[in-house]
Order: sequence, then C-alpha cells, then structure tokens
Amino acid sequence: MRLAINWFKYSAPTTFYGLAGKLIPFFAWPAAILFAVGLYIGFFVAPTDAVQSEAYRIMFIHVPASILSMFIYLIMAGYAALGLIFKTRLSSMMASALAPTGALFAFISLWTGALWGKPMWGAWWVWDARLTSELILLFLYLGFIALQASIEDPRRADRASALLAIVGSVNVPIIYYSVQWWNTLHQGSSIKFSGTSMHVAMQQSMFTILVACWLYVIAVVLARVRSIILERESNTQWVKDLAETK
Amino acid sequence: MTPRQKRLTWIVAGVALVAAAVGLVLFALKNNVSLYFTPTQVYNKEAPQGRNFRIGGLVETGSIQRQTDGLTVHFSITDTVQKMPVIYKGILPDLFKEGKGVVAQGKIEADGVFHAEEVLAKHDENYMPPEAIDAINKAEAGKAASASAPAVSNPVAK
Repeated sequence: MRLAINWFKYSAPTTFYGLAGKLIPFFAWPAAILFAVGLYIGFFVAPTDAVQSEAYRIMFIHVPASILSMFIYLIMAGYAALGLIFKTRLSSMMASALAPTGALFAFISLWTGALWGKPMWGAWWVWDARLTSELILLFLYLGFIALQASIEDPRRADRASALLAIVGSVNVPIIYYSVQWWNTLHQGSSIKFSGTSMHVAMQQSMFTILVACWLYVIAVVLARVRSIILERESNTQWVKDLAETK
Repeated sequence: MTPRQKRLTWIVAGVALVAAAVGLVLFALKNNVSLYFTPTQVYNKEAPQGRNFRIGGLVETGSIQRQTDGLTVHFSITDTVQKMPVIYKGILPDLFKEGKGVVAQGKIEADGVFHAEEVLAKHDENYMPPEAIDAINKAEAGKAASASAPAVSNPVAK
C-alpha cells in the first residue's frame, strides 16, 4: 500500500511541477556538453567515408533525429493511453508536452534527409516507403497538436487526441521495417538490433549525439509540461500561491 | 471487469484491429508501395506495360558507354539474374558507378531499351574510411589469388 502511495505521489501535477523544475538542469547541461563532444568527434575524429566522402556526416544528426522521432511517438502514445485508461491528468499533459518535440525531430529527419538525398541520390525527395511513412509521422504529430488545440475542454481534447496518438502508433513499426518489407531508395538500417555497420569513431559520434538528443528531449519536455500544468491549473490555489505567478 | 480494465481492453482491441487493417491494405498494395521493379520482375512482365515505371538494381560492371555528346549514357541494370539495357540523357548523380545501386524512372520503348528520364543512385548502409575499403579489396584479391593457386601460394601452412 505504501508503495502505491509513493508511486502515485509524483503523478499529481502539484508535486511533479516542483520536481520537474529541479530536474531540468540535470538533463539540460549534460545535453549541451554531449552535443559539443558528439559534434567534435563527428567533424574532427570520424574519418571520411569511402563512398560518400564528407557528405555522410549529416547522418550524425539525421539518424538520431529519426530514431527519436519514432521513439517519442511511442512514448507519447504510451502516455496518452495511460491518460485514457487511468484518467491521470499528468499523463495526458506529458503526451501534449512531447508532441511538439516529436514533430521537431520528425521535421529535422525529413529536412536533413532531403539535404543528404540531393547530392547522394540525386533527388530531394522520392515517394519511397521509408520517406513517405516518416512524412505521415510528421502529419500525425501535427494532427495531434491541431486536434488538441481545436477542442476547448482539455479533458475532451485529451481523449480525442489520445485516440489519434494510439491508432497512429501502428505507423512506427512500418517506418522501421519499411526498408526491409519493400524495395526503397533509402538504404537499410546501419544500427540494427544485431549490431552496426559503421566505423567505430562514426558510431561514437552518432551515439553521443543520440544521448544528447535524449537528454535535450527530457529537459525540454519537463519545461513544457510545467507550463502546461500552470496553464491547466491556473484556477487553483496552489498555482496562485507560487512565487513565479505572483 | 473494472472500468479501467474495460478501457484497456478496448484500446488493445482497437489497436490490434487497426494494425490488422493497415497490414492487409499494405499487403494488397505491396507492388505499389515498392519504389521500383527488379529486372527479373520486368522480364516476367510484372512491371506496367507501355507506361512509366521505376527499375532498380545494380549498374552492370563494364556496361557504361558514354556517347560523344557527353550527356547520353548507355548502361545495363542487373539483379544478377536478368538485365535491362538503359539509355539516359542528362547529368548522373556522383554515386553512379559500375557495380553500385541505381534506380531509374522511364519506360521501355519499342526498341526494347529502357529510356530513363531520371536516374538516382542508391547507396548502402555501410560506412567506413577509404583505407578500410582498400584493406578489404586487398584481402579479397589475396583470397582470390590463393584460391586459384592454393598449393603454390601457401605451401607451409600444410
């Protein structure tokens, strides 16, 4: 029983608001440092590629952004489902807080992919399964944000957008396996569950930036969920008592 | 069942249904979702007849012939089983090389040649420095040499 009380204590927006505020610097600073380290390895330590020479270096941001755009969607859908099943307010707020960052990473993935595709493939864009399903992912994020914004009552907005997020999660495995299921212009995955097909310094740069992006996501989402808490609880006494709202 | 369990069941059932529906649609559209046809599919007449489509495979080694105008290129796309002669007039991407991946869009004219309007290069997911490629090529050359004359190249190992 005691465990259950502890568990749910931090799912109350009141408690979480303060906790999130304290946690942000612990994620933001390491993120900044790891970005710098990862970019340094990527630009100065990692060797040129035998086939693509210098142009391949865009993958140090392209791949982490793509991985995170998919991961964030699953986490967002997970929070949305928790909100729907347990009616915990904080879960729905977390889902809303994750959506803009997920959309940002999906956009970065598509944009850096286009910049990479033009010199290597010879096209900014092709309608192959990988690129199209990633574009659908961006639209799902934007649809989630739009649906949330279009319904006045936050509870009804949460419910409607949660359904969209949960149903849309079907798209994530499609993105991941698209390069195996169909023939595409996009190459297969360099990072597989079984290992990677990259030079060691290239891996180090990519994984460092991946971790940096993760930490950045956590810091930004915590900051955003704090704003959402303030917005939604603006009529309550505890928000009025806060030093920063006076 | 508590209301919570009921909601969970509905969500799981809903996602399973949607996944099944999407899976069936994608399975039905299998050929349309794929970006290109292989030369074998074209040979078996699975590719559209008389209209534009994409063909993909490897540029056959030794097949590239540049015309004197400097723009027109003849080459063959192969999947190591069948091959398709291609003619293209335009600028090729930098990664266009013999033995490397390629996707061309166009259609087969009456002369049986694929007239491409667009040629895209496809690269693989392996990234390594030039020295590593050299080392691999040398090792493979060494292996080929020892395979052709095993008794002479390495008599001590026996």
